[in-house]
Amino acid sequence: MPLPYYVSPEQLMKDKGDYARKGIARGKSVLALEYTEGIAFIAENPSATLHKISEVYDRIAFAGVGRFNEFEQLRIGGIRIVDVKGYAYSREDVTAKSLANAYSQTLGNIFTSELKPYECEILVAAIGDDPQRNELFHILFDGSVSDRKGWVAMGGQSDALGTYLENNYSDKTPELAAAVKLGHDALKEVEGREITTDNLEVAVLDRTRGRRKFKRLTDTEVSRYL
Amino acid sequence: MNDSTFNDLLRLPMYGPGASFTDVLKSQSPDLMPPKIDTPVHAPEGTTVLALRYNDGVIVAGDRRATEGFQIAHRSIEKVFAADDHSAVAIAGAAGPAVEMVRLFQTELEHYEKVEGERLSLEGKANKLSQMIRANLPAAMQGLVVVPIFAGFDTARSVGRIFKYDVTGGRYEEDDYHATGSGGKDARSSLKKRYREGLPRDDAIQIAIEALFDAADEDVGTGGPDLMRGIFPTIVAISDEGMIEISEADTRDLFESLIAGRTERPHESHPVDVRRPGGEG
Repeated sequence: MPLPYYVSPEQLMKDKGDYARKGIARGKSVLALEYTEGIAFIAENPSATLHKISEVYDRIAFAGVGRFNEFEQLRIGGIRIVDVKGYAYSREDVTAKSLANAYSQTLGNIFTSELKPYECEILVAAIGDDPQRNELFHILFDGSVSDRKGWVAMGGQSDALGTYLENNYSDKTPELAAAVKLGHDALKEVEGREITTDNLEVAVLDRTRGRRKFKRLTDTEVSRYL
Repeated sequence: MNDSTFNDLLRLPMYGPGASFTDVLKSQSPDLMPPKIDTPVHAPEGTTVLALRYNDGVIVAGDRRATEGFQIAHRSIEKVFAADDHSAVAIAGAAGPAVEMVRLFQTELEHYEKVEGERLSLEGKANKLSQMIRANLPAAMQGLVVVPIFAGFDTARSVGRIFKYDVTGGRYEEDDYHATGSGGKDARSSLKKRYREGLPRDDAIQIAIEALFDAADEDVGTGGPDLMRGIFPTIVAISDEGMIEISEADTRDLFESLIAGRTERPHESHPVDVRRPGGEG
């Protein structure tokens, strides 16, 4: 009986990681930027209905890059988790931390135990009562989580976008208009072409809103900021 | 319910429970669903709620009393709930199951909106509530009847709409007004005399207040304005712009002027007259 070829765990993980990264690199990017009153999300997205950014709970938003069906499944699963939890206990018991943890566990399990890893990265963002309490959890395809401040860049061009924001996101938190413009500039600069407002998906978690802090910005609102 | 149950939700097939929160609960946490009840139960009951249309939308109102037999169970219970920005549920009947039904309904609507990226139509919401009432039928047979009124602004058709229900989940649309609960019949009689089409908002609120007052006047279960404790019925107006609550101060003013208008001079026909032995009658 022929033995299967031996593949070292290091090689296996590396291959899976390369595979996932390649898949993610093919997709478009998403940026999240903290601004004075909240957190803004900006993505290049030609579709007005297939969203990369969405509402999860009162203070929590979700953004995904990579394969749409995969991060969409995670998004819906996340909404199920928080709604069940908020219904079973109380709305204030729903936290971004526990959601990020659930995503991390799931993505970690998929990465190690399934043949094909998920080709997506996600962001779980929650807005606090004051800017110091904002939370940005960036979760990678292998389940690793990082807790970020200021801005997050995900997707195909995340490195280039990161460099751009590193140099241009000032120490002083920008206003919403400036944050949207900075995000737009970063996407334009990195892609090396003009990106019109109807190809932009912009949403905010706005501290000044009522219970549900999430809001999508219309094309008209976005063009006013640019 | 533990963390692994929560995490399992991430691995459910996406189109297993679909966009229905109730189905998610049933499949994942059946212990959170309303229980099946097979013996008669007595629990606090909500009394009078009503809804009426006006030119820009609907008014929904309800008194604040819950009763348990001939006792007052609660003096300031809320029976009017915002289902979402453009609709409200007013509950009458067994308060416990009704409040829980509303909570599930609210979560259901928001869950659908988040998963699907768009809101249910008003008709869709009315049907969903109908299914929830039908699911409560076994409990209703044991005395826990829940009969809400659902009213809201239909943004697709730009009109206010009112739906009433029966205990089997039967759903009936009303063109003008409806009231239910123990004082429902009295409130309906009052509305019937004063209602007319195309009312301005303030007139509709006045009519709602009179109907609630009439119900409290005739029905022992219905709470009137409690001037001593400062507890007043809840009134909301729903239009294209969403829902606004009529403030407590405004409701107080309206009731005070209503009472002032209806107060009569001491009545000649029933003076204090303690009959003594040997007296007439």
